[in-house]
Amino acid sequence: MIVVPKPNPSLTAPEPEHCPGPESENAGKEESCAGCANQSICSSQIPKGPDPDVDFINDRLSNITHKILVLSGKGGVGKSTFSSILSWALAADEDLEVGVMDLDICGPSLPKMLGSELESVHSSNSGWSPVYVTENLGMMSVGFMLPDQDSAVIWRGAKKNGLIKQFLKDVNWGKLDYLIVDTPPGTSDEHLSVTTYMKESGIDGALIVTTPQEVALLDVRKEIDFCKKANIKILGIVENMSGFICPGCKNEFQIFKPTTGGGKALADELGLPFLGSVPLDPRIGKSADNGESFLDLYPDSPASTAILDVVDALRDSVEGS
Amino acid sequence: MSAPDSLKNVKHVILILSGKGGVGKSSITTQTALSLVLKGYKVGVLDIDLTGPSIPRMFGLEDAKIHQSTNGWVPARYNKDLSIVSLGFLLGSKDASVVWRGPKKTAMIRQFLKDVTWPDLDYLLIDTPPGTSDEHIAIAEELQFANPEGCIIVTTPQQISISDVKKEINFCNKVNLRILGLVENMSGFICPHCAECTNIFSSEGGKNLASQLSLKYLGAIPIDPLFVEMIETQKDSSLLDSYENSRLYLESFKPIIDGVLEEIRE
Repeated sequence: MIVVPKPNPSLTAPEPEHCPGPESENAGKEESCAGCANQSICSSQIPKGPDPDVDFINDRLSNITHKILVLSGKGGVGKSTFSSILSWALAADEDLEVGVMDLDICGPSLPKMLGSELESVHSSNSGWSPVYVTENLGMMSVGFMLPDQDSAVIWRGAKKNGLIKQFLKDVNWGKLDYLIVDTPPGTSDEHLSVTTYMKESGIDGALIVTTPQEVALLDVRKEIDFCKKANIKILGIVENMSGFICPGCKNEFQIFKPTTGGGKALADELGLPFLGSVPLDPRIGKSADNGESFLDLYPDSPASTAILDVVDALRDSVEGS
Repeated sequence: MSAPDSLKNVKHVILILSGKGGVGKSSITTQTALSLVLKGYKVGVLDIDLTGPSIPRMFGLEDAKIHQSTNGWVPARYNKDLSIVSLGFLLGSKDASVVWRGPKKTAMIRQFLKDVTWPDLDYLLIDTPPGTSDEHIAIAEELQFANPEGCIIVTTPQQISISDVKKEINFCNKVNLRILGLVENMSGFICPHCAECTNIFSSEGGKNLASQLSLKYLGAIPIDPLFVEMIETQKDSSLLDSYENSRLYLESFKPIIDGVLEEIRE
């Protein structure tokens, strides 16, 4: 492993009632911190002054025109699938240079979906070189650094933050038109780190992926709340796995029922752009399993048309502004 | 070191794990809880998915609260045999995000295990978030001396899911957590119009994985839109009653829960 682990800060006692949070600026300094067993841990953990690495990161990312985060509070809604299809779609335009970064450290899926599982990352004195899937599509994932595919990455947050910083600081992307950042589910360390480190170099915005049922929308609302707190513009909401057309009788069926109106209603409610719905097509999953581009294999399927509409809407929103 | 105090009234602890998100950990947890209650056991559910708690909605308890008593936190009650603890009960609004880094999550989980006063329980089910990170390390550490029975691993049939699940199995081996068995969820969809079964997320992936790693294969559960409907309409008809008579329970889940119980007895 190339990754240098950072020491794990661990709290020795539960936090007091009005704990400002160990990650906050006032950790260890607030009134409620007095007498807390964690006080010294919290106050020593906060770096003093701006992080010197942010300058390096800004420098690295300054050649990237558009940076898009793919987010969803919920797991398994198709963040990685959509990220991979989005990057295939963008890279189909030969004039564009595209990069994809996989921040899901505990469950990296992009190497498999883009068909480059067995590649490994090379490092040179200009930094780590991304793995190239096609001539104009580069990718970086923790998946390339594991000794074998099955080994688990059992890391606490602080260690993950270290790796994310290194991805941003040391990967030599060169000049890119688009950098797509695929994230794990939730609103935790990975999300905080990537937004903090990339803030100064400018993030175009976030693409929110959801599925139609309320259980998923619940978590997606939390993610949207997170974007607002972190000041990230939301480019739009995509509803994945919308309807399913039975190959036997051609009837459409809602497998994940939009009991509360699905992604469209959520977008309307919060005043966000709704970019479109992508129907459930078993061939999407199959091509992801085989690492092939769904859009190339089935260009005429309704799902492809829907996806391309979303991609167009996204490009308009990013390039138009 | 000894087991956390809150677990002294609990006979068996079972975790529900999966490396992958959205495969149905929470719905399997819900179904396991309902099935055990139907079998006459007293059950508790602890939801440690802090940034995306789904358990309150699953049981239609979104407005429930956890109360503080002199002995600690009192779990929310679904009925007299089923108590539930989730961070969702402690949040003000359902839209509020919980943006916490690792140490705070670890502290929260520690508090869940230390401060909750569970009633007498036959089974405590612990629902987890995806991945192998802070929450998992924390729960494994806390349960170290509590002799958990083991875990149920949930997967969906496609390759992408299988590779994440392999990582989770690897994690279980590292922390010496026994694997009670593997459940394949979303295994095929039976069209209600023509009864043709389509494998939306391919098929047999979980079964193959189980035989490859010589784990017990507990069974497959098809995609059943009726379950979602039961969850969403439980205000009108009790979830427990509609589940008891559903095909999902009778045909798919009953054999699975019998498999789990058999494994525990051995």
